[in-house]
Amino acid sequence: MRPFEYFRPSSLADAAQLGAVSGAKYIAGGTNLVDLMKLGVEQPDRVVDLRDVLEQEIQELEDGSIRIGAGVRNTDLASHPLIRRQYPAMSRAIVAGASGQIRNVATTGGNLLQRTRCVYFQDVSRPCNKRAPGTGCPALESGGLSRGLAIFRTSEECIATHPSDLAVALVAFDAELALWRDGQERRLPLEQLYTSQESAPGRETILEPGEIITAVHLPAPVDGRRSHYVKVRDRASFAFSLVSVAAAVELDGDTVRGVRIALGGVASRPWRARSAEQAIQGAPATSANFSRAIRDELTTAVPTADNRFKLALAHNLVVSTLEELI
Amino acid sequence: MSIQAPERLSFIGRDIERVDARLKVTGRATYAYEYPAEHVAYAYGIGAAVARGRITGIDSSAAQGVEGVIAVLDHTGAPRLGETNNRELLVFQSDRVSYRGQLIAAVIAESFETARDASQLVSVSYEQDEHDVVLTEDHPASFRPEHVAYRVPEVSVGDVETALAQAEITVDQAYATAAAHHMALEPHASLAIWEEDQLTVFESSQYAYEARDVIAKLFALGPEQVRVINGYVGGGFGSKGSPRPQMVIAAMASRVVGRPVKMALTRQQMFPVSGYRGPTVQRVRLGANRDGELTAFEHRAAAQTSRLHDFAEPCTTGTRTMYAAANRFDTHRLTRLDVPTPSFCRGPGEAPGFFAVESALDELAIASGVDPVELRIRNDTTRDPSTGHEYSTRNLVACLEEGARIYGWSRRRNQEAEGWRTGHGVASSMYPTYQMPSRAAIVAYPDGTFAVRLAAVDIGTGSRTALLQIAAEQLQVPLARVNVEIGDTSLPYAVGAFASLGTASWGHAVHLAGREMRQLLEGTDTIPPEGLRVEVDTAEEIQARPAKANAAFGAQFAQVSVRRHTGEVRVDRLVGVFAAGRIVNPRTTRSQLIGGMTWGISMALLEETALDPNLGEYVTSDLASFHFASCADIPRIEASWIEEDDADINPVGVKGVGEIGIVGTAAAIANAVFDATGVRVRSLPVRLDDLLGD
Ligand SMILES: Cc1cc2nc3c(=O)[nH]c(=O)nc-3n(C[C@H](O)[C@H](O)[C@H](O)COP(=O)(O)OP(=O)(O)OC[C@H]3O[C@@H](n4cnc5c(N)ncnc54)[C@H](O)[C@@H]3O)c2cc1C
Repeated sequence: MRPFEYFRPSSLADAAQLGAVSGAKYIAGGTNLVDLMKLGVEQPDRVVDLRDVLEQEIQELEDGSIRIGAGVRNTDLASHPLIRRQYPAMSRAIVAGASGQIRNVATTGGNLLQRTRCVYFQDVSRPCNKRAPGTGCPALESGGLSRGLAIFRTSEECIATHPSDLAVALVAFDAELALWRDGQERRLPLEQLYTSQESAPGRETILEPGEIITAVHLPAPVDGRRSHYVKVRDRASFAFSLVSVAAAVELDGDTVRGVRIALGGVASRPWRARSAEQAIQGAPATSANFSRAIRDELTTAVPTADNRFKLALAHNLVVSTLEELI
Repeated sequence: MSIQAPERLSFIGRDIERVDARLKVTGRATYAYEYPAEHVAYAYGIGAAVARGRITGIDSSAAQGVEGVIAVLDHTGAPRLGETNNRELLVFQSDRVSYRGQLIAAVIAESFETARDASQLVSVSYEQDEHDVVLTEDHPASFRPEHVAYRVPEVSVGDVETALAQAEITVDQAYATAAAHHMALEPHASLAIWEEDQLTVFESSQYAYEARDVIAKLFALGPEQVRVINGYVGGGFGSKGSPRPQMVIAAMASRVVGRPVKMALTRQQMFPVSGYRGPTVQRVRLGANRDGELTAFEHRAAAQTSRLHDFAEPCTTGTRTMYAAANRFDTHRLTRLDVPTPSFCRGPGEAPGFFAVESALDELAIASGVDPVELRIRNDTTRDPSTGHEYSTRNLVACLEEGARIYGWSRRRNQEAEGWRTGHGVASSMYPTYQMPSRAAIVAYPDGTFAVRLAAVDIGTGSRTALLQIAAEQLQVPLARVNVEIGDTSLPYAVGAFASLGTASWGHAVHLAGREMRQLLEGTDTIPPEGLRVEVDTAEEIQARPAKANAAFGAQFAQVSVRRHTGEVRVDRLVGVFAAGRIVNPRTTRSQLIGGMTWGISMALLEETALDPNLGEYVTSDLASFHFASCADIPRIEASWIEEDDADINPVGVKGVGEIGIVGTAAAIANAVFDATGVRVRSLPVRLDDLLGD
């Protein structure tokens, strides 16, 4: 094993300090980091264990919002009564991912920062602009494997997707992160965590060295909102999404008062379909409107020959999910 | 002395729990990598980073400098190896690279982790040549191989062209199946220990004697200088039928460093190094009259192999035993590419071949308007249509009829509910009945116990239990008084576990030995302390069998649902009825059949090891990206059988059940998808991409 230093700090301040040096990595559940270390994809010199410093609670705050500690296990989050009742799409998103064993260990913070499953990224003998800048992207070559990869391009050099299901649901609900650095907590909309990656596909988030995700904030539930998460994958369980959708709708009679649509499996980050939302909002809740709106959103997509099917899949999935919610 | 119990004891056909079930679920069954060895070292392999070329330099100085590294082996310093007919095993003997991922060096260290870490510090330079890794139907370099899995590559009967020209109905279609890897739960692993010129290898092997002989030749030893132990094996599916490079590396490394050496392939390394079912491109042409009676049957298959060793997936050999068409032709083409060597994989030939043929039969059923079950019954035969030999037993029709009854075929409906459309499909199954010579010894002890000894192997199928049942039945003693000892070349010769011939071949030997022992005991008063021993060989009896065609048959029925707006396919129900001779143990038999059918679902809907033609590599090289069915994908699978009494094949009447379950499944499912959607997918796996309209 490649030698590394291991620390298990007991305060956030110590953790942040230990994690700020280059070559340091935080570890929470370890279900992603340890795999990548075995593969040589991650090669930290120092591993800082967050188990004793991360919040483990889910609390309802006075304004009705919910604070989820970054250390809360995926299983506990999915099965929490508040979440199941008020944010069912989130519960569904979590249990649609990984396996029971993995969810029992995986944490909320770690889930959001897990790395892509692109087969070129995962094997150090293969070229990969994300892992080894400048070496090329086999997925973008003709014949390369891109079936599972992005149709919305955020970079010319990489079409890897972000694999998290939870993040898709959280983005749909306008979740915010609580980040901790230099003794201070700052808030950041989750959607802004993920960089556009234009210049550097290896830099996936805007986190500063040493910065720790301490919690996720969910805005207070909206009256009359219904939400759903639907994931399509090649097998019934234990697979990453080809396309997934988290959607929430509030109706005013037959008119859409509010709508949120986030797509997974289509981009380097959870894809909030804002132009589709705008087109649907305030309009009659009809399949034709949904279809037109998402079709327009998808016109900016640039699929490969291998993943062109995702256009039809994303379209159909959004329409049928919204239909179920009205 | 008489060991005859007052009433005849009967064990064959009884539902008996595996004798090693408890050991396995409590983790006490010892697999190759788990044997303790003093002062053991660990080897980790390094794969080539180009698909074709020459190694121009290997710098392992940085790796050598890592604390705990004992040695680095590569072609520049590795000991020379002896003879082999499989050049995959000539590890570190030359600077040539024949496929990406081929093991070209190994680090030997005090721990697995150190070896793996140091392997990343070995830098290799190459002179890279242009590679060719893509199989096509008519690749310019293709040729007709001399044989396909020990059989002739081509059979021609009558005149197919004329029959096709005169046929009232024809089907002419191309089909393709994907490359797929076996991925046994236990990775390929070896522990090699030298004691002077004696080599012992604990090996994850389906065939200990074969492994012994191959290794002995490579190291210029006599077979008696090598002992191979394969007491427990965690699945093989054909990938452990003959030794893999890690066995040679472990033995070589152990010799070099003078310590026992363990080597296991990682899951990722198993993709290039452990064999796979190669992709196939096939063409089927059928000619029939209006009633669906076949007059012409043609099946052509193209497969790939590596540049190191010829392995030709025998796709069309199973077709030779199916339907009664007077004019028939089947042939194979093989292309050598810069890819890893494919290998036998559960239902080799039959599994991909029957996807093509049984899909084509469905197309004929549609074209002729004859019910697909009836169509198959109408074209049944009592003689092997390519040799004219009579079948010892052939119960295809009974399987189709019984399957149709269980399934409710005549009452099937296409339904649509909540966006899911259902469809139904059927296909025939067949697996040839093979048998190979084996020996077995039985020792009787004064305390009334018996030891049954032969170098058979239980790769997870339950053969240890089946052999116990066969022995106890012959000896007429309770199961608890018989110990079955297998998995070691210090035991009498036995053939390996492959081609569904294990229980038939070993059972035959155990049956004979048991009978001989019973006769011996009938004339014996006291058993000496060292026991009484008999040993038999089945070679003569096998030679003397009548010239008949022998095969197991079956029929599979599938119900699928296809989601209209996403194209997702779910198998709702699978019914399989098989006729596979005498069933020794219904519990382990059902497991084998259900296991095979589960493989069939994976083959139909999921399995494809994706090739990157530019890198020249199978890139979905882990179990997160190479998909097979998860538990949630597996519906109600109903496997049952029609018992057969077939004394012509062997005295126990066993045909073998390990492989037939996967044969035809993929076609039944693809046919059901067609029934549900009207979309005929002729290239496996069937994916939502194919079914998703715009
Ligand atoms: C076989 C398999 C299948 C899977 N399938 C799915 C799936 O279908 N859908 C899905 O969404 N996920 C899936 N996963 C991924 C799984 O959800 C993640 O591995 C898990 O959520 C990561 O959480 P963790 O706590 O174990 O993270 P770790 O592995 O501990 O950490 C992951 C990354 O986050 C960083 N990190 C962790 N916590 C913090 C923090 N608080 N602050 C700052 N940085 C932090 C670490 O440094 C590391 O870089 C699968 C995983 C496996 C192994």
